[in-house]
Order: sequence, then structure tokens, then C-alpha cells
Amino acid sequence: MVPHPLIHFARRAVLVLLAGAALAAAPARAQDRFIVMASTTSTEQSGLFPHLLPAFKKATGIEVRVVAVGTGQALDIGRRGDADVLFVHDKAAEERFVTEGWGLPRRDVMYNDFVLIGPKNDPAGVHGKDIVAALTKLAASPSTFLSRGDKSGTHAAELRYWQLAGIDGPVGKVAHYEECGCGMGPALNIAASSGAYLLSDRGTWLNFKNHADLAILVEGDKRLFNQYGVIVVNPAKHPHVKRELAQRFADWVTSDDGQATIAAYKINGQQLFFPDATR
Amino acid sequence: MAVIRMAGALVDLDDVSVRFGAQRALDGVDFTVRRGEVVALVGANGSGKTTLLRVLHGVIAHAGERRIAPGLRHAMVYQRPFLLHLSALRNLLIGLWLADRAAARDAQRPSAHGRAERLERARAALARVGLDALASRSARSLSGGEQQRLALARGWATRPKLLLLDEPTSSLDPAARQDVEMLLKGFAADGMTLVFSTHDLAQARWLATRIVHLEAGRIDADLSSADFFRSVAEGGIRAFSPGEPAWSRTR
Amino acid sequence: MSGVAASAATALELIIHADPELVRTVALSFMVSGTACFVGAWLGVPAGAWLAAARFSGRRAVLIALDTLLALPSVVAGLVVYLLLSRSGPLGSWGILFTPTAMVIAQTILVLPVVAALARQVVADGLAEGGEQLHALGAGPVLRAALMLVHARWAVVTLLLVAFGRAVSEVGAVMIVGGNIAGVTRVMTTSIALETSKGDLPLALALGLVLLSLVALLNVVVALVPRSPGLAGATWR
Repeated sequence: MVPHPLIHFARRAVLVLLAGAALAAAPARAQDRFIVMASTTSTEQSGLFPHLLPAFKKATGIEVRVVAVGTGQALDIGRRGDADVLFVHDKAAEERFVTEGWGLPRRDVMYNDFVLIGPKNDPAGVHGKDIVAALTKLAASPSTFLSRGDKSGTHAAELRYWQLAGIDGPVGKVAHYEECGCGMGPALNIAASSGAYLLSDRGTWLNFKNHADLAILVEGDKRLFNQYGVIVVNPAKHPHVKRELAQRFADWVTSDDGQATIAAYKINGQQLFFPDATR
Repeated sequence: MAVIRMAGALVDLDDVSVRFGAQRALDGVDFTVRRGEVVALVGANGSGKTTLLRVLHGVIAHAGERRIAPGLRHAMVYQRPFLLHLSALRNLLIGLWLADRAAARDAQRPSAHGRAERLERARAALARVGLDALASRSARSLSGGEQQRLALARGWATRPKLLLLDEPTSSLDPAARQDVEMLLKGFAADGMTLVFSTHDLAQARWLATRIVHLEAGRIDADLSSADFFRSVAEGGIRAFSPGEPAWSRTR
Repeated sequence: MSGVAASAATALELIIHADPELVRTVALSFMVSGTACFVGAWLGVPAGAWLAAARFSGRRAVLIALDTLLALPSVVAGLVVYLLLSRSGPLGSWGILFTPTAMVIAQTILVLPVVAALARQVVADGLAEGGEQLHALGAGPVLRAALMLVHARWAVVTLLLVAFGRAVSEVGAVMIVGGNIAGVTRVMTTSIALETSKGDLPLALALGLVLLSLVALLNVVVALVPRSPGLAGATWR
């Protein structure tokens, strides 16, 4: 047979392919006790998961694989049945999710808060404890307000605050209102380089490495509290969902053990999340 | 493909025409190759020499009829031989393997030759053209003359009855040219029928038994070598179009 | 550009310390993209070679479609595969979403048009030069294409490196179908994207330099393989 080099190569290639396939298959078999959790980018970027999830694994032996996307996408993943449990922070959307039958009843887990970030010198003069007053001032000022505009929990909260300030849907109604359609980190990046105001969750802000000239200008308003909920995806809609394992996560994270672990997570000595699960 | 009934004829072309788009490369050509001949095709560039060779070899579409002797083994050496980026020996092996496969397919029987036999024949072919020392060299790294000889070896290795060559020495220096001419003389002496095209009339005179002159796709002279050169000397045939170099090289 | 210099220093440190998480991330990048190129090569090279040699009605349309797929955005490929593999999708029962296997599938789809289009060009160029002579030697269309591939084997290697570059540098597809799960489906490009979105730009840049140096290493290895004189000038220079 003439093309000798070809035959030789083909034989070696088949061996490599088989070896590769074996390697790729192996890890899948080794990790059977795991669940897929859809959560948000801001939660991931707060650094909570590397603190919380190993504790859960130690207590139960279950690995949690986190897919971190925007809240809208996380809920969509839940609807499609591509995750076993959801961990997001948009109570209204979560309750709709459960009412529509996609999830088992949601439970409160913890809350953190939003803060209004802006340039240190605060040209719009919004500094204070009142988010609605701040937004009203911003609407009248020439300063830019940057929105995530990505249907995330943070975005939904931001729109609610605008509504409280009497502006229903700031797009087109507020001058210098911009949307980036991006996550919390990229939005902070943009604001850092352009000196814009924006709403952020405290966790991402504390973990963010590029503070530049930005600072927290409004905090402590009770309305800025951001509630997290855990939802097990409904096995009636998606029978393959690992119901027992997912339930164990929901139970653990609302138990004394889980709640204490949440409270123990600190950045620079500051507690980020405040457990508030009810029995 | 009709079978030849004329004794001693290897390939017979009957009113063959070839068109490339609007251009007529061959126009109503009648041509027969007989066993033992050495035919030189002469004529200006674009007169149809290469096209005629390709039709004889059966690799291009044409109008008219082409008849070929049953089971005839024929090979063609192109003006710029295509050699693969492999060793000289392997180029020959591939040539032999392809020829064996084609022959087996035509005769509808499995190939009669094994790998060892092909290796032997390839080595013999390299020796015949004096390239045995370069067997494992990359074919593309050989000089122009060596590559031409390798192409000759590739054609000769299958022991064809008919060997077609398109300007086998036009791109070679005088020494390489002589080597190739000697080889062709040897092939003819071994009984191989040759049809080759050339611009070199002295070469044609030295090698050929029959000269065919083409102009604008037509054969306008088809004579024995002796008759042809007598006619040229007497001025009866204008061997080349104006502007062609004179055939003044003497041997 | 002192930022780049600082990142270069970080990159060097990362490579020297060989932090296990980094090693795992790099290994996954190379495994996913390498496997995608491997599968893409076995499917795409014969397909491209056949397209160069074959003649059939509608061939022009196929070539145009193939060239159009060269510009397939990686995020679109990821989205299509995601919709197929989602539990709510037709292949949901396979259960391979958010695993490296899904990433390999998505990248194979990205790499296939590249491999096929370039292989077609390589074989077509070869056939233009020597197709008739191979035909004269007795080779049919399939053999002509196969011989051209052997003949232009280093051009084939180069095009596979191009395909690998496309795969290992993309982030859109692997992000969507892999989910960027730490320790499971996180590769170099998704790590870089993550660090960027966290605002750690120096680290993101350093990771980028690490990825580039490893690909450079791969190219050095390929360049060191001896090839016969005369091949050095083949097709791509």
C-alpha cells in the first residue's frame, strides 16, 4: 500500500483519539454527586461561593457546580431544566417563576445591599442616605448614569428605584442615561473610566480591583437591601432534576450551619451578606 | 473506445478536434502512431503539439474518434513534470502503483503486482536513468535535468509500449539535454514507440524516424525524417513561422 | 505601557509557580480545543479535499455557504449548541450541557469550516498544478485529492494550527455551553473574561500572556520538526 506516511499517521491518530476520549470520560464518571446551580454574576464576583460551597461539600459530600449569569438568564436556565437549583436575588421574578410552576416554593436565604457609586467629588451632589432623592437629583443633573440594562436582579432593582422617584422607565426620559447590557464588573469598569454614577451591589464593589476615582455615595437606605432566595427547580416539569440533592442544598443554606457560614464571610473585615432565612 | 484493426497501429486519431473555449487547438486531425516509430512533432508554440499528445494519451475531451490497440500500455511525460514532495523513489513507487491499479481496473482483474515487485521495478527505473544514487533525495530538490530524468524513469518504469513526451529537453542545459536524448535513443533501441514534441530540429533529426509538422491545429506535413529534411533543404517546406530561431545546431 | 510589563512579570511568575488551578485551566483549554481540532481535522480535511476534486451541480452554492461559515460568530455557535443540548432541547437527554464535551462539540462546529475551506484551497492549488498529470498517471478524483494532501502535508499542518488558534482563543461558545464553572468548565479565555469583569485587568492580561506563550511553545515544537528542502516554501509563506 503506497501512502506509507498516511497509514502510520492514521494508526497513531486513532490511538490518541481513544486515549483522549478515555481521559475526557473519566472525570465525568468520578463526580456523580453534584448539582448544577444557576446563580448571578454579582454573587459569584462577591467571592461568596469559594467560601460557602466547600462548607456544604464537607457537610454533605455534594459538589455544587455554579453557572453564573445574569438573573434573567439564570431563571431561563431554570425554566429549561438545565440547572437543579437557583440562587438569585429578584424576589418578584422568583415568585413569578414559582407561580408559573417552574420551581418549588422559594425560601429567603440572605440579603446584601446595593450602594450608589459615583465620582469621589460628586458633581451631582447626591451624597446621603436617600436613594430616591439621589436619583431625582441625578435626573436633573448633567452627570451620566450608567445602567447594567441586562435584566439582572441589580437592573430590576435600579428600575424600581427610578419608579419610586416618579420616573417609569428612565430610558429616553432621563438625560445622560446609558445602558451597557453588561455585568456588574464591566459596568464598574466603564464607570471608573468615564466618571459615571451607577448602582452596584456592595459585594462586587468591595471585590472590585479598579476603584479609580469612584466611591460609595449613597448607602444604608432600607430600600437598598437586596434579598436572595433559593429555589429548587420543579421535578414535575423536569423529571431529571436531582431533587433530593438540590433540596439538601436549599435545606442546608437555610439551616443554622449554612446561615452561620454566610455570616462569617467577610471582605476587609466587613460582613457582606446578612442571613435571614425563616424557619 | 474502439479497437484498432490496422496491423501495427498503436493509436489512431480520426478527424479529431479540440476546442478550449473559443480557441481551436486541434482542427480535424488524422493521425496514426505505428509500432516502432519515433515521431517528432514540430511547430510553433500554440500550434497544437501538446494538445495532440494529450489526446493521444486520452486525458482530454475531443470531437472525432480515437482508437487504441487493446491492452496498450502508454505513458506520458509532461513538459514540466509534476513531482510530489516525496523522495524520488517514492514518486516512482506511486507512479507504478497508480499504473497497476489503472491496468487492473481496465482488465477487471485484481492487480498482479505486489509491493516488492514494484520496489524492484522502481529501482531498476532509477538505475536506467542514472539516478539510483539520488533515490532517497526529495524529488523537488533535484536539479531540472535530474527531475526530467526522474519523470522519464516514472514513464519508463511501467514498460509502456508507447511513450509520449512534451518538449522533454526545452528547459534543460546542454549537458542535461544530451543525457535525456541518449536515454530516449536507448528507449527507442529497446523497441519502445516514442512520440515527442520539440522546437529543436537537430534533436528531431537525430532521434526521429518521422516528422510531423503542425500549424494552427492542423497537420501540414507528415513525412519520414529523410523526406522531411530533404524538403526543408530544398525550400519546399517552411519549417517554422517567421521569427522562430533557425535550426542550425549541428551534431 | 508599564501595565503590560507588569502583566508580563505576573505571567512569568504564574508560569514558574505552576499554580494547580492555573495548570488545570490551561490543560482544559488545550484538551478542549485540541480535541475539537482533531475531530475537525478528520471530518474537515477529507471534506475540503473532496470539494476541491469533485464536480456536482450546486457545488458553487456549497462553497459560498462554507466561506460564509468562516465568519460564524463563536457566540452564535455556542447558542445553537446550547439550544440543542439544553434539557428542553432535542438532545437534552444526553445531559452533556455545562460539560467539557459540550465545549468540544461547539468548538468543533467553529473549526470545521476553517479546516474544510483551507483544505479545499490547498488541494485545489495542488490540483491546478498537477491534477492532470496525476490523472494521466492513472489516479481517479479521490486518489488525486489524497495524493495532494500528502504532497502538501505541511500546508495541512499550518491550517490545523490556524484552526487550533481559532478554537483556543474563542470565548463566546465555551462560555455559553460550558457555563464557566470553576474547576469543571473554566478555560483560559473564560478566566480572562471573568477577571476582566471583576476589574482585575492586570491579572487578566497576565493570563492572556500565559496562553499566548503556551501556544508559541506549541508552534516552536511544530517548527522544529524536520522537513525536506523545497517544502519550506510551500503555500503559506
